[in-house]
Amino acid sequence: MARQIFDGLKVADFSWAGVGPQVCRELAEHGATVIRVESHRRLCPLRTFAPFKDAKPGINRSAFHAAYNTNKYSMSLDLNHPRAREVTERLVKWADVVADSMTPGTMASWGLDYESCRRINPSIIYFSTTQQGQYGPHHSIKGVGHHINALAGFSTCTGWPDSEPTMVFTAYSDFIAPWYLLIAVMGALLRRRRTGEGMYIEQAQLEAGLTFQAPDILDYMVNRRVVSRNGNRDRYMAPHGVYPCRGQDRWVAIAVANDEQWQSFCWAMGNPKWASDPRFDSILGRKENEDELDRLVTEWTKDYTPEQVMAMMQDAGVPAGVVQTCEDLLDDPQLKHRQHFRVLEHPEIGPQSYHAPAYRLSETPCDIKSAAPCLGQHNHYVYTEILGFSENDVADMLVEGVITTEADAPFVVSW
Amino acid sequence: MTDDSTLLGGCRVLDLTDEKGHFCGKVLGDFGADVIKVERPGGDLSRNIGPFYGDIADPQKSLFWFATNTSKRGVTLDIETADGRQIFARLAATADIVVESFEPGYMDAVGLGYSALREIKPDIVMTSITPFGQTGPYAQYQATDLVGVAMGGLARILGELGRPPVRMSCGPQAYFHAGLQGALGSMMAYYHRELTGQGQHVDVSMQEAITLTLMNAVEIYEMLKANLVGLGQFFVSVRPEKGPLFTRLIVPCKDGHVTFMFGGGAFGGVAKSSRALLDWANEEGMAMELKDFDFAQWDASTLTQEESDYRYGLIGEFIKTKTKAELYERAIKDEILLAPCNTMEDISQNAQLQARGFWQVVEHPELGESIAYPGAPVKLEETPWKIHRRAPLIGEHNEEIYAGELGLSKEQIGLLKANGVI
Repeated sequence: MARQIFDGLKVADFSWAGVGPQVCRELAEHGATVIRVESHRRLCPLRTFAPFKDAKPGINRSAFHAAYNTNKYSMSLDLNHPRAREVTERLVKWADVVADSMTPGTMASWGLDYESCRRINPSIIYFSTTQQGQYGPHHSIKGVGHHINALAGFSTCTGWPDSEPTMVFTAYSDFIAPWYLLIAVMGALLRRRRTGEGMYIEQAQLEAGLTFQAPDILDYMVNRRVVSRNGNRDRYMAPHGVYPCRGQDRWVAIAVANDEQWQSFCWAMGNPKWASDPRFDSILGRKENEDELDRLVTEWTKDYTPEQVMAMMQDAGVPAGVVQTCEDLLDDPQLKHRQHFRVLEHPEIGPQSYHAPAYRLSETPCDIKSAAPCLGQHNHYVYTEILGFSENDVADMLVEGVITTEADAPFVVSW
Repeated sequence: MTDDSTLLGGCRVLDLTDEKGHFCGKVLGDFGADVIKVERPGGDLSRNIGPFYGDIADPQKSLFWFATNTSKRGVTLDIETADGRQIFARLAATADIVVESFEPGYMDAVGLGYSALREIKPDIVMTSITPFGQTGPYAQYQATDLVGVAMGGLARILGELGRPPVRMSCGPQAYFHAGLQGALGSMMAYYHRELTGQGQHVDVSMQEAITLTLMNAVEIYEMLKANLVGLGQFFVSVRPEKGPLFTRLIVPCKDGHVTFMFGGGAFGGVAKSSRALLDWANEEGMAMELKDFDFAQWDASTLTQEESDYRYGLIGEFIKTKTKAELYERAIKDEILLAPCNTMEDISQNAQLQARGFWQVVEHPELGESIAYPGAPVKLEETPWKIHRRAPLIGEHNEEIYAGELGLSKEQIGLLKANGVI
């Protein structure tokens, strides 16, 4: 393997759930040594979320949890135990980066807030990410992903004009926030090389999510216009939509951007008679008669599979694509070409497909080599090799419950 | 020449992108990089994308352009001409990162591909943002935002049962994800360059960027062989024995909608939240049928759809009597798991965002206006994130860069302008 970008970088990953672990995963997949600190008495929520291998819940069986923790080491440690400090002091001293995504105040209660960590390791780079930030009148509100989807306006802006706001299935901001953090962490590391100084990075996931609303926020700020649900309609394009195709619940997306593409679109359909209707000659006409146009396009698409429509349209130079299900994604020839999904073997989950990043680096490709660790899988290595505890220390800490095991707490599944 | 007052001071970026990639340079610029937007003479076509300031469709007034080109300077240049190519090469010699979003092969065709740029500057980072990547069976396929979110799997999991899959109606989300991933990939390569002196080519796929937003949907398919679809306002619990249970998590209130959780069982937090919400309803004489209900006994694994609908219906009637603001205020006070479905207006008035100084006011002198922009995605005390300047006007920095930096004379600039190069 060629040199990895983060060879030699050491990360103490105290984070859990969606955002923090994804940041540390990306560092680990590019060569960093990432130690995830977990406790059986206080499980990472994702370990309790479906899907589980064979639909049998278990502490190491969630594919959801596995997805965000590739290439990491896992150590178990009860941070509420009085002796945990002996361990965390060595860990923070060892680390270049500390990751925190706990409820505000939690890390401080363990003596692991930024100031405390800085006393142990003056040049530490430390990030904290939470839903609404470390301060402010709403900073301690609890919530789940779809609460932020609602607060950030994504629910209001998704769906149909004649219906209601919709659930956005994913915790959408969780897939925006990590990438800003990573950029900040890398910038901080470079700055540390020049200045020797560490840095504190603070994030509210709500705010990170809102950066993806910028044009419509400006529309409100300037024009007092409140964007709302518009189905698949576009300001400028017509036809522009998702159309039903042959097969069970199959759909294709088509976006005709200009007159030239309209001509190509008609040609690709075999120039049906209706397409020469003068109402559809111009963009003004197509927009004015968009309902009728969509109905006619639907009449045509329903006789073909979405793959056929995509190929016909793309060959003619018209943007079109299959509305892909997750099943389609796993079988997508382009994603296969880019090796987007990497199959790794996990001791309890077995083979599982893991997402690779969205970028390919020509000289330092990511190396996604090991599936997510079982909880505490690397205790021996981390406690003795990395942190320098003796075998006797480790035995004592096990007996005292500093190092947790599955015997310490029952596993409770979430949903 | 490193400026340590910003995070990326000293990093220079040349930005050749169209609307699919603008966000990349914006992100790097707001972190402090010196980003130069290189537009075609007359201005990029993306300046015609609305909404517009005052609804005036003018390339100098596009709010889409404003939002996605902050912290950039701007020059115009036709890189297809010999003069334009030479000028770009001179700029590239001063740059750390070049970002582009042309169709694969275009940069090579105009003599400015990665191998050519490496000749000019051996350690350069080049980032290419395209719908599907530089190579592969779909590399030459075209995509807009809608096609991107469709091919990446996001459209399929949005929408309502019985209706077509949808995209989000706010902004072109696929372009933003592609741009942010472009910034991330650029930064990875730049970091490596700073440590080792080695440059590289970064190949970003918009489709892949979208697949990263699917949370655990792919894992759900792989394990359960179930393809998720949009369920509108509903959440579905998949129960091996009792069949699916639909719960409506987005419900109408007096002036809009809120999302909430109602139930309990093993989820102590949800049970406590449900109790607090119910107590409030009871104070006002509503949902009394559930008055003594023990939420710890709520068992979603055996609950019938009818019983679930009944309970949700009772509390739903109460929620309808309150406004979003009333509900959220009480939710904060009593730890009720509830949040308003905010509109842009609500967002602009959100107390938390205001208290944290989220909004950044940016001056637009030529409009005689200051506009509040969404602010920092991360807060960095020593090297604050900020919008360093509003988006550039067309060719605003031609003089500053062509004369000031490259030393072109007034005559040469006039000549290039007359020939349509700048």
